[in-house]
Amino acid sequence: MSSGTDSLPTPGREVRPGPSRSSSWSRVGGLALLLTFSQGLTAADLGSSLRELQAVAAEGRGNPAANPAWRRVAAAEARSLPTLLGAMDGANDYALNWIRAAIESVVQRELARSRTLPTEALLRFARDTHHHPRARHLAFELVGRQDPAMHDRLLPEFLNDPSPDLRRDSVQALLNEGVALATKDKPAAIAVLQKALSSVRDADQVDAVAARLKELGQPVDLPRVFGWVHRWRLIGPFDNTSGAGFEKAFPPESIIDAAAEYEGKTGKVKWREQNTTSDYGIVDFNQPFGALKSVTGYAVAEFWSDTPRRAEIRLGCKDGWKVWANGKFLFGRDEYHRGYEIDQYRMPVELQKGRNVILVKCCQNEQTEDWTKEWEFQLRVTDSSGTPIFSSR
Amino acid sequence: MNASILPLLLGAGLLIGPLSARADWTQFRGAAGDSVDPSSRVPSQLGTNSVVWSIPLGGRGIASPVIVADRVFVTSSSGGRQDRLKVQCFQLSDGTLRWERTFWATGRTMTHEKISSAAPSPATDGRAIYAFFSSNDCVALDFDGNLLWYRGLGRDYPNASNSLGMASSLSVVDGVVIAQAENDSESFTAGLDARTGTNVWKLDRPKRANWTSPFPFRDASGKTSVVLQSSKGVVAIDPQTGKTRWNYGEGASTVPSTTASAGRLYVPSNGLTVLEPGTNGGFTQVWRSAQMRPGTASPVVLGNRVFALNDGGILSCADTQDGRRLWQLRLKGSFSATPVSAGGRLYCVNEEGLVQVVDPEAPSGAVLSELALHETIIGTPSIAADSLFVRSDGHLWRIGRNSSL
Repeated sequence: MSSGTDSLPTPGREVRPGPSRSSSWSRVGGLALLLTFSQGLTAADLGSSLRELQAVAAEGRGNPAANPAWRRVAAAEARSLPTLLGAMDGANDYALNWIRAAIESVVQRELARSRTLPTEALLRFARDTHHHPRARHLAFELVGRQDPAMHDRLLPEFLNDPSPDLRRDSVQALLNEGVALATKDKPAAIAVLQKALSSVRDADQVDAVAARLKELGQPVDLPRVFGWVHRWRLIGPFDNTSGAGFEKAFPPESIIDAAAEYEGKTGKVKWREQNTTSDYGIVDFNQPFGALKSVTGYAVAEFWSDTPRRAEIRLGCKDGWKVWANGKFLFGRDEYHRGYEIDQYRMPVELQKGRNVILVKCCQNEQTEDWTKEWEFQLRVTDSSGTPIFSSR
Repeated sequence: MNASILPLLLGAGLLIGPLSARADWTQFRGAAGDSVDPSSRVPSQLGTNSVVWSIPLGGRGIASPVIVADRVFVTSSSGGRQDRLKVQCFQLSDGTLRWERTFWATGRTMTHEKISSAAPSPATDGRAIYAFFSSNDCVALDFDGNLLWYRGLGRDYPNASNSLGMASSLSVVDGVVIAQAENDSESFTAGLDARTGTNVWKLDRPKRANWTSPFPFRDASGKTSVVLQSSKGVVAIDPQTGKTRWNYGEGASTVPSTTASAGRLYVPSNGLTVLEPGTNGGFTQVWRSAQMRPGTASPVVLGNRVFALNDGGILSCADTQDGRRLWQLRLKGSFSATPVSAGGRLYCVNEEGLVQVVDPEAPSGAVLSELALHETIIGTPSIAADSLFVRSDGHLWRIGRNSSL
């Protein structure tokens, strides 16, 4: 699993794919002039009601107005489903759920009345990568509700789709096919699974595909598939007695000086190189520093980009941690030893052209149980679909 | 009410304790939060013919079903990241799906492998169904599936999560939905307006992972309070304001939850500690027993007996007057689900899906019958319509008398 379906929010800014609200609404508005969407509900009513749903925000802001608007939207007819899906473009996570619930209500009612869903329009919507990835996936699910055979027939075309969910479903179909072939036609199974491996993004599916290929005698370069940042410099230990080190800013939070030497918890400390070759990109502080407790360490990596671009830093860590990119604090969390996994935390980041500096603070606490030994993390840089981005140097 | 008889009723303990009527199973551990439905006639002799119906569910979950009249509400999660949050409404009589709604999680969905995003149980006030998930998404729907409001508490407060998963169930008291999101980092409990979902109040809470559930009760003065249990102990708060009425600070478990009976709170603290809230805003400690140690399952009180089930299947029975342990009975298997009671019996479901019906009146307790459901079951069952409702990651069963259809 992931940190949820979305990355951690950047304060004051919602990062969302898809066209801006104004562009999506120009399309909705155009349709609104032509169509009446249900008995007693004009296109203008529908448009204004959808705007109420789009206006919901954090801490329930907009909920009171959204409630009656939702009922009006949910009264729409099946032919308006592409319009409802289009309203997801540029919508925040709260609004997505309001609109989705209205769509489900429409679909349930219309199918109960033995009416058909507009399959062709839904398919066009699903294929249009300008739309919100989740709206596209939902559109394709609705195609499947109306015509399961069409859904299954067309699923392979989404194998390299920017929508993580469409891609996932398509990869799963290939994985199932590869598994089914394994005992009957080994070369064919390998070919299918290699194809899946070239498109897979979700960690659980990577492991599933790699395991099947391994059973068939095919090695998989997991560090390459995941795209771990593997070249690091570490410094530590600094103090973290009673967890106080999490909030304390030790020198690396002010300046990264590869030649510097600082006073650590038990003496002088300085940066040292630490490259990881682990399949899962584990950067292990215990390895150079020993199995210490109540300590803080830092890891720094250079990440080179040919162009400025939006990306995600994806972290897995079961210790207390903080992450900075180019000196900007992204997120931190003081939870210890509750578990970790690939892509546990997703942080939006703006990579600059050339050299970028990623700094990770990793705090170990005082627990002594066997399952609290790990003082480590894993990190990769990806696009929003989970496709690894590799440092250009 | 005739004011003249009020003191008599208070003195008899008749107004003290649980809040809700028992007709429906409105939240985790039932309307009263005590896991008991004394009026239900669930069979004591269970067998394969006791399965009235079973149906596949739309995803994984350990949340208890909520039952109102002829409708059974169940929450689940699905998807590779368990990020599809589902609320389903089934027909009580035959398990027919009436409607379902799916939402995208806005908070983190990582959990321990035994559970999933649908760990907290939903609740109802008779007007709406309120569903809560490990991602801290909270949704209100009317009984026909119309969306009333949506909150992404995991999006609003992004460090409020637990990498093992959150599991505190909702409670609804006098128009306020109590949502507990207590964890090692951004730890809080919020009171949400049941009509709009907006914050009525929000409390900073101890920074420690906590899977217990808020427990509403009415004290001897007739005031409704909500007990919030944590590693620090328990606090009784005013559900309208979140303000503390009294505080017990001697520590408590973070897994099994407090229950109540006859005006007393049974708190999983230092074993089991019994508190009696007074009329002056305080409380009295009645007794404490280190021998009574609930595991994951919450304690259950039947008459003058209190029961604690540990994770290894040892069911301990004590006298409610002094905490003296009366007997222990070893049940089969390991347990996460809280026992529920109907007709004076205890229905205990182990993690292997074996339902064991216990006669607690037998001298050392006795298992009356068993029913194997052959699926992993972590969630606490519900009771309504003379039936037991049990859910796994894959199925929902109604267990009762087939003639009750």
